[in-house]
Amino acid sequence: MQRMNRLVLAHVYTATVAVCLGAVFGVLQGLSRAGAIGVPVWFDYYRMLTAHGVLMALVFTTFFITGLSLFVTYRNIDRPGRKLAVGWFGWWLMLIGTVMAAVTILSGNATVLYTFYAPLKASPSFYLGATLLVLGTWVVAFEVFENVFYFRRTTPGTPIPLPVFMAACTFLMWIIATLGVVAEMLLLIPWSFGWTPGVNVMLTRMFFWYFGHPLVYFWIMGAYIIWYTILPTRYGGSIFSDGLSRLTFLMLLLLSTPVGIHHEFMEPGINSKWKLLHMVMTYGVAIPSFLTAFAIFASFEIAAIKKGRRGFVQTVASLPWNDPFFSACAYGMLLFILGGFGGMVNASYSMDALVHNTIWIVGHFHATVGGPAALTFIGATYWLIPRLTGRELWGKGVALWQTRLWFLGMLVMSLSMHYAGLLGAPRRTSEVAYASAAVAQSWEPSMILAAAGGVILFISICCFAAVAVGTLFKNEKTHDQLADFAQPEPGSDATPAALQHLFRWSVVALALAVLAYSGPFIELFHSNAYLAPGMRTW
Amino acid sequence: MHIHRYERWWMTFGLVILVLFATTIFVAAFADNINPPSGSQTIDPAKVSSTPPFDHPGLRRLPDGSYEAYYVAQVFQFSPAKLTIPAGSKVTFYVTSADVVHGFEIAQTDVNIMAIPGWVNDASHTFKKAGTYLLVCNEYCGIGHQNMFGTIEVK
Repeated sequence: MQRMNRLVLAHVYTATVAVCLGAVFGVLQGLSRAGAIGVPVWFDYYRMLTAHGVLMALVFTTFFITGLSLFVTYRNIDRPGRKLAVGWFGWWLMLIGTVMAAVTILSGNATVLYTFYAPLKASPSFYLGATLLVLGTWVVAFEVFENVFYFRRTTPGTPIPLPVFMAACTFLMWIIATLGVVAEMLLLIPWSFGWTPGVNVMLTRMFFWYFGHPLVYFWIMGAYIIWYTILPTRYGGSIFSDGLSRLTFLMLLLLSTPVGIHHEFMEPGINSKWKLLHMVMTYGVAIPSFLTAFAIFASFEIAAIKKGRRGFVQTVASLPWNDPFFSACAYGMLLFILGGFGGMVNASYSMDALVHNTIWIVGHFHATVGGPAALTFIGATYWLIPRLTGRELWGKGVALWQTRLWFLGMLVMSLSMHYAGLLGAPRRTSEVAYASAAVAQSWEPSMILAAAGGVILFISICCFAAVAVGTLFKNEKTHDQLADFAQPEPGSDATPAALQHLFRWSVVALALAVLAYSGPFIELFHSNAYLAPGMRTW
Repeated sequence: MHIHRYERWWMTFGLVILVLFATTIFVAAFADNINPPSGSQTIDPAKVSSTPPFDHPGLRRLPDGSYEAYYVAQVFQFSPAKLTIPAGSKVTFYVTSADVVHGFEIAQTDVNIMAIPGWVNDASHTFKKAGTYLLVCNEYCGIGHQNMFGTIEVK
């Protein structure tokens, strides 16, 4: 147990360091964009923005999800004499990749933002580092699958425990998705070394978004694992339906990838019929989130009814709002309502013209990855650390306020970004002055509000850092190192066998991805596309 | 597998909403021809300055009274930087990039075009209201990205 805990802890604490560092860059950007702080000469907005995006979107989330998946696998599948070499190899690979990419970014050799759109050309070590990070996750995925096979071998006929099923499903989706970014890297790495004269820009973009949208579902699936299988233990609840939970994850496996072109609605070189197809598929991937909303709220209500509470108000009041873990997840869910509905706008083909590349988009993904994903991961870290270290959590009150401040800060920041975006404020700019154009002046108040939200978020992350570090120095032993997972109500229906065949469904998922992308890829290969030589414009 | 009655209602509600949204978008696309910019013409990005009509970026008046505007985006400027058009005219913008990826957004209109090197992309807009419109690059293109903008004067 101790050995496995150390491995999971390594993942979780790497994620913690990434989110804290990323937050420092984040708050500086917010303040600088609002014009609230004078920009010192050393402050390079776009370099910091790249570091913020990479650390938050790629490093923090990925390390947390790999750690969580190993945790649920190890705690649900007993295996005497388990070897951890593969697990540690994955972590080291991910870490080396992260350090390579981070050093390249901070030295100013990869100011290409976290989307690294060609023909912006970073140093090879950035692309190599990012590739190692992805390959490391494949090793962790292999470790999870290998344990699933072990479980099937040793206990034939028993369904895979739900948390492990979900983790394996998440990684199957992730492997299909990351094929896109690896393919892109196979174009970019030789090009950045100067071995190839140029790259097909639209091809790299299609590969990127083939990966880029499922990336967000990777985050969401990580949060869902927690909401479905761990969170109910905090309010005495159960899993609403084992079968529907598995169905939700299988739908996410199938539908997360064939949707990426909704990020490319405004681009040339892609026929509008493919854009419409990807819009419809994107609507489809909303369905598992509808299912999840029902399942989670039903689980809340069933737990409340058992305690003799009735109705909306009593149900809400019966929930453990003073538990930092629960509070984090619940506020994350509320933010996801904002993020989900905003997402429908972005996904809606022609309507996207109003918001594409405006700061609305930034508001949207802060209400998704920064809300349900980040806040749930932070909350789950409060739950995980005592179970991994055997120490009581230090500063429960601090942790509780951290979750409330995060919710408040994110709401203020995200809503003002949404609003400014509707007025046309672009994303990804170091300032929005534009020689004092009248419309640009209408964006300024929102930028100041967004910066204020950013400051609240920064205070919140300082609280998180204090709890994460404080607990390491606290020697009070906890008696509760066991992790329990939520179970379905006794006497629930058995789950249909069709919902158990995880690996077979992943073949269907791959086929759907190929179907959704073969049209646009074939058209792109038949177009007379020029290669771009690439340049450094920073 | 038993599915609760309320869950069936909820799923039906969700599906109906999605179908309604999709129908709206499809009607707009096929009946009103409201589609995002999806240009299919390619251009050698190294030869933009010598390829007509981008060798002389700017406004052209068509016989039917509408306009075409040819724009070149490159670090960190738009050519032309300033455009003057009569109020009420319909303009089709053709945009390409001579170097990296840029954005072409006319604030408070629905003109929002990705300028990709090697491709020509286009969108149309009818400027009903007179005034000064701000054109901004809304895709990060490098160290001077925040200074990349232009103006469109509608008189």
